[in-house]
Amino acid sequence: MPKIIEKRVLTPITKMFRFDAPMIASAARPGQFVILRVREGGERIPLTIADFDAKSGVVTIVVQEVGVTSRILGAHKVGDNILDVLGPLGEPAHIPPGGHVVGIGGGFGSAALWCLMRELKERGDRTTVILGARHDHLLLLIDELREVCDNLELCTDDGSVGFKGLVTERLQQLMDGPGKPDHVIAIGPMPMMRAIANTTRDTGIATQVSMDPLMIDGTGMCGCCRVSVGDDVKFACVDGPLFDAAKVDFDEAVKRNKMYVKEEKLAAERQQKIMEEATHAS
Amino acid sequence: MPAKRIKKTPMLERNAKLRATDFMEVNEGYSKAAAAFEAERCLRCQDPICVAGCPVHIPIPEFIHEIAAGNMPRAAEILRSANPLPAVCGRVCPQEDQCEKVCHMAKRFKPVGIGYLERYVADWERAQPKSEDAKKPTRSQRIAVVGAGPAGLVCAGDLARLGYPVTIYEGLHAPGGVLRYGIPEFRLPNEILDWEIDQLRALGVEIVCNVVVGKTLQLDDLFDKMGYSAVFIGTGAGLPKFLGIPGENFNGVYSANEFLTRINLMQSYKFPETDTPLYIGKRVAVIGAGNTAMDAIRSALRVGAEKGMSIYRRSQKEMTARVEEYHHALEEGVEFHWLTNPIEIIGNDKGMVTGVKCARMELGKQDESGRARPIPIKGSEFVIPLDNIVLSLGNSPNPLLVNNTPGLEKNKHGCLIMKNDTPQTSKKWVYAGGDAVTGAATVILAAGAGKDAAAAIHKDLSEVVV
Repeated sequence: MPKIIEKRVLTPITKMFRFDAPMIASAARPGQFVILRVREGGERIPLTIADFDAKSGVVTIVVQEVGVTSRILGAHKVGDNILDVLGPLGEPAHIPPGGHVVGIGGGFGSAALWCLMRELKERGDRTTVILGARHDHLLLLIDELREVCDNLELCTDDGSVGFKGLVTERLQQLMDGPGKPDHVIAIGPMPMMRAIANTTRDTGIATQVSMDPLMIDGTGMCGCCRVSVGDDVKFACVDGPLFDAAKVDFDEAVKRNKMYVKEEKLAAERQQKIMEEATHAS
Repeated sequence: MPAKRIKKTPMLERNAKLRATDFMEVNEGYSKAAAAFEAERCLRCQDPICVAGCPVHIPIPEFIHEIAAGNMPRAAEILRSANPLPAVCGRVCPQEDQCEKVCHMAKRFKPVGIGYLERYVADWERAQPKSEDAKKPTRSQRIAVVGAGPAGLVCAGDLARLGYPVTIYEGLHAPGGVLRYGIPEFRLPNEILDWEIDQLRALGVEIVCNVVVGKTLQLDDLFDKMGYSAVFIGTGAGLPKFLGIPGENFNGVYSANEFLTRINLMQSYKFPETDTPLYIGKRVAVIGAGNTAMDAIRSALRVGAEKGMSIYRRSQKEMTARVEEYHHALEEGVEFHWLTNPIEIIGNDKGMVTGVKCARMELGKQDESGRARPIPIKGSEFVIPLDNIVLSLGNSPNPLLVNNTPGLEKNKHGCLIMKNDTPQTSKKWVYAGGDAVTGAATVILAAGAGKDAAAAIHKDLSEVVV
């Protein structure tokens, strides 16, 4: 069971964990994910690997508390163990070298850009990161990401920091200016990724999005994570999670992700109550 | 003198109406008297062709004779020496196509209930106090097994008995493979699987979960970095097939693997006590009529479906499910739509499945599988309204390991290519067996392949000059 060695509270509902997992840390590549379980009877949820270090054997993840598992994990402390962690899973990011790569992170999706942008910068690519959120205090890992790219751009809906507007608007400005991107990689909420796909469609800018469908085993056995990409049906767990943005059927993906919204809400509220009662009791 | 009773001693089954609401086992097992009574029916033939009918050649008349003689420890010893998973195989083996099919008694009467007796012995053994203490390996060459399904478990057990230190690497969070995620508890209770796995641990086998060889570790790492002398691959057939018709990605359409994994491995029928949900509507159909299809549709009834049906493009004659499973499904209320081929899955604007459009079929000449080819009848299309569809169309070997391992060769069906029908793959010191080699088959064939591979590994390692 991997032991948590560091915990950072990024926002009230977003936590970063670093845990000991030497095998995962030495096999991981940017773009891959882990599947974890936090208790007996628990569900298996996928989480992108934010960072990893083969030398120290440490893996970093960022989790947003939306469901049962993420709430329980969010309450974990330094020294606690995570019951099951499997990985690295999925295909690493493949980006041809030598171009200008723009990584776009929305919400806690920005965590997933961390190790990817570092690797691209280290191999000599020109790197830009655009982070977007509603307010400035929801922007995550700004300092970490500034270190691993040539140019960091912040966008907020209310203009509390950086560019006032959507990440797509800032991307469009970049596309119209001299620093036109060769590759775009977008990781964040589905509406944002869909908007990015529409922004770069028919422009010749290769664009990838990181799909986050429901998953169970994560090894291609159950087919729960089916994503329509062009004429093909892909399994995000083994063929993805990164896919050609122009070809992804977002309509279908959005509907598939809503399959268990009612049950997820019920379970999360139930868990919240259990945890609050436990806090009161102690 | 063996008693020539015509009929097989029946096994008690739980009432169909009651059992179809829970996951407790359907078959209740023989009593001591019933087992002795049935054992008396064995003719103890000079030429026991039942043994040849068994993929692992269990000395069937011998263990049955011991039951009749009341010598249960000896019966268990004989059985376990040939089949390391008797409690499992006694429940899920298609005996009617194997040992019982060729039984001499079957020529004039009903065959001896070999499967029921196997189960009886295994259950007796499980009820005995534990005798074996944890064993320590006596050899230095370490062996890695990839996948804790039936092939891997059996291979590991045999190698551990030979004194090798064995480690099994399993991708999921619990061992058992298809016995854990696929076969429902009403056919194979988890406590029986857990007991079998405990037996392996007592033999000194180490099981490491949450490691996918091909991702977490590479196959070559097992040799180069971790110092294993040989590797057995038992990764099974865990890649679900889909129909390739429109509408398969509507919500509420599951592969049988997903559906059964949610129920068996993730225990979703206990939600919200467990955390994995499962949506089940009133009308559920499984596409297919094999054993997995029966498992899926009978599970659907148990988790709340009001109507369960099987839709199959061929006729009852071509159905691949065991007769016993088919009868159990019928008793529990499953409807069968033979000669019915799904051509399109229909859904609503929310993305939920609402039905399936099918065509009626007629049977033509034999196809490459030796079965009559179904041909659509023109203008026969009709819609079956449904809330869920479970696709049970078979599985291919999971390509994850072979695709990530240079030097490991597979054929066009995704099955590992073996050296002249031996348990050895195209890669030196890498062995394999079970569904990863044959494509989706049975538990007993996988168990047999695991045994053969263990013997081959032992022979090859014994020839190495240390």
